[in-house]
Amino acid sequence: MSTPTSGMTVSLDAGFDVERVRADFPVLKQTVHGKPLVYLDSAATAQKPSCVVEAIRHFHEVDCANIHRGVHELSQRSTASYEEARAKTKRFLNSRSKNELIFVRGTTEAINLVSSSWGRKNVKSGDEIVISAMEHHSNIVPWQMLCEEKGARLRVIPMNDRGELLLEEYEKLLNPRTRMVAVAHISNALGTVNPVRQIIEMAHRAGALALIDGAQAAPHQKVDVQALDADFYAFSGHKVCGPTGIGILYGKAKLLNAMPPYQGGGDMIRTVTFEKTTYNDLPYKFEAGTPNIAGGIGMGASLDYVMRIGLDKISAYEHELLVYGTEKLLQIPGLRLIGTARDKAAVLSFVMEGIHPHDIGTVLDRQGIAVRTGHHCAQPVMDRFQIPATTRASLAFYNTVGEIDALAAGLKKVKEIFS
Amino acid sequence: MVHELYEETILDHSKRPRNCHPMDDANHKAEGYNPLCGDKLKLFLRMDGEIVKDVSFVGSGCAISTASASLMTESLRGKTRTEALALLEKFHDLLTTDSPVTKDLGKLVVFCGVRDYPARVKCATLAWHTLKSALTTDSEDPVVSTE
Repeated sequence: MSTPTSGMTVSLDAGFDVERVRADFPVLKQTVHGKPLVYLDSAATAQKPSCVVEAIRHFHEVDCANIHRGVHELSQRSTASYEEARAKTKRFLNSRSKNELIFVRGTTEAINLVSSSWGRKNVKSGDEIVISAMEHHSNIVPWQMLCEEKGARLRVIPMNDRGELLLEEYEKLLNPRTRMVAVAHISNALGTVNPVRQIIEMAHRAGALALIDGAQAAPHQKVDVQALDADFYAFSGHKVCGPTGIGILYGKAKLLNAMPPYQGGGDMIRTVTFEKTTYNDLPYKFEAGTPNIAGGIGMGASLDYVMRIGLDKISAYEHELLVYGTEKLLQIPGLRLIGTARDKAAVLSFVMEGIHPHDIGTVLDRQGIAVRTGHHCAQPVMDRFQIPATTRASLAFYNTVGEIDALAAGLKKVKEIFS
Repeated sequence: MVHELYEETILDHSKRPRNCHPMDDANHKAEGYNPLCGDKLKLFLRMDGEIVKDVSFVGSGCAISTASASLMTESLRGKTRTEALALLEKFHDLLTTDSPVTKDLGKLVVFCGVRDYPARVKCATLAWHTLKSALTTDSEDPVVSTE
């Protein structure tokens, strides 16, 4: 398609019909404070297409029953839909088996599951866990808690001023005491795409495992856990256009089999007596209690949806938006991008001289533009760049160049008010 | 409209905050922190018995929190501890209730527009929370958080 903008014509990928995609998202067809909604906060949560809303509605209106133990028709239907969602996730991540995919509440719970279950069993005093300087709090705090409990040491891969990890420093951190390397595939605050394949390989050479926080990567690029050779990979359904409260922990079967259960309860057992309980097989060993059935089914629909569009097409289109947006924002005097990695996802985090992000966010909101302001749950990133907060516009495949123009116009208005 | 929030007095005080400096002879101090946006503020008070003789602040924050701190320092001088705390209550009501705007708030009425921006109430009250902690705690240097 091509969209005329001020004084120039921008052609984006001819194979991507963004208007057709937008028609799938009812939420985008509204005005906010009298202006058309410009939703630029997809890194926080992505919007949901009608097919996802419909899948959840269908479950509640037609198939609603508890799963796995019922012999009646509705229970069998709901079990089939829920397990079908796991099969869709297998295609989405290219895991070897459905049994390596654990339904969890989201990325945060996935990481906590590994740090609790794997960590308690395998980490001892004097051991080391490596994370990076650009992690979300959810990939810092669980490891910190584990280290405190075990007397282990948390080590941090530093980054440069562009927001790229320093691999030579990472190499120096690795040693025989390193047990786990846990890093983000894509940084939520900076947009940096980390070379996770190389990071995993280096961890393995040192005899350590690697967990990848895929919360920001899963919605934007094709993920192949076998090609990456990741030991654990986590993502959240709601960032891939699915509902909140559902996500996935992928783990290699031999690792998951060797780990103790995370929570005890129904579904995760084989036999229970007051003397002894034996546990269920994978993946159910880690799925205690009635799960978020509607959420799982909704996430299945969302993964189908993005796979139908094509993750490669999504990446290519979003990259063009990023290039366009970067150029557009850099034309605004006094604006500084935070996160300028050479390999970057469609996240535009920035500061403006003398204007606080919260004021920027409020003025943009009144123009119908939704951005995120604050530390983005990555306070160490803010400290690294010596700023209290940033304004972040995060893009998805349903955004348009016209919306980036609206952002740029909105920022001009911000400048008018505060200068 | 957004101009009602960022009205002229607020913009003026955010760009040129009054009483924005440390105070060597302060006898009451407190620190305020809004973890949501990273705003930090340090408040200095010189009390003569029950009377606020001088007040100043330093810190970094958004336009609303800076202007609020600046206008607060202007409105406190000469007030008793009780009067200052009563003003805090009135200011808080101005931001969080639909109560009619009272005249005794003076210049502080310019923050009336914050009512329509619930996410920004904490910005406007950071300095006042810090004041309360400076006036009501015995510790030399308390730290208050809006969370």
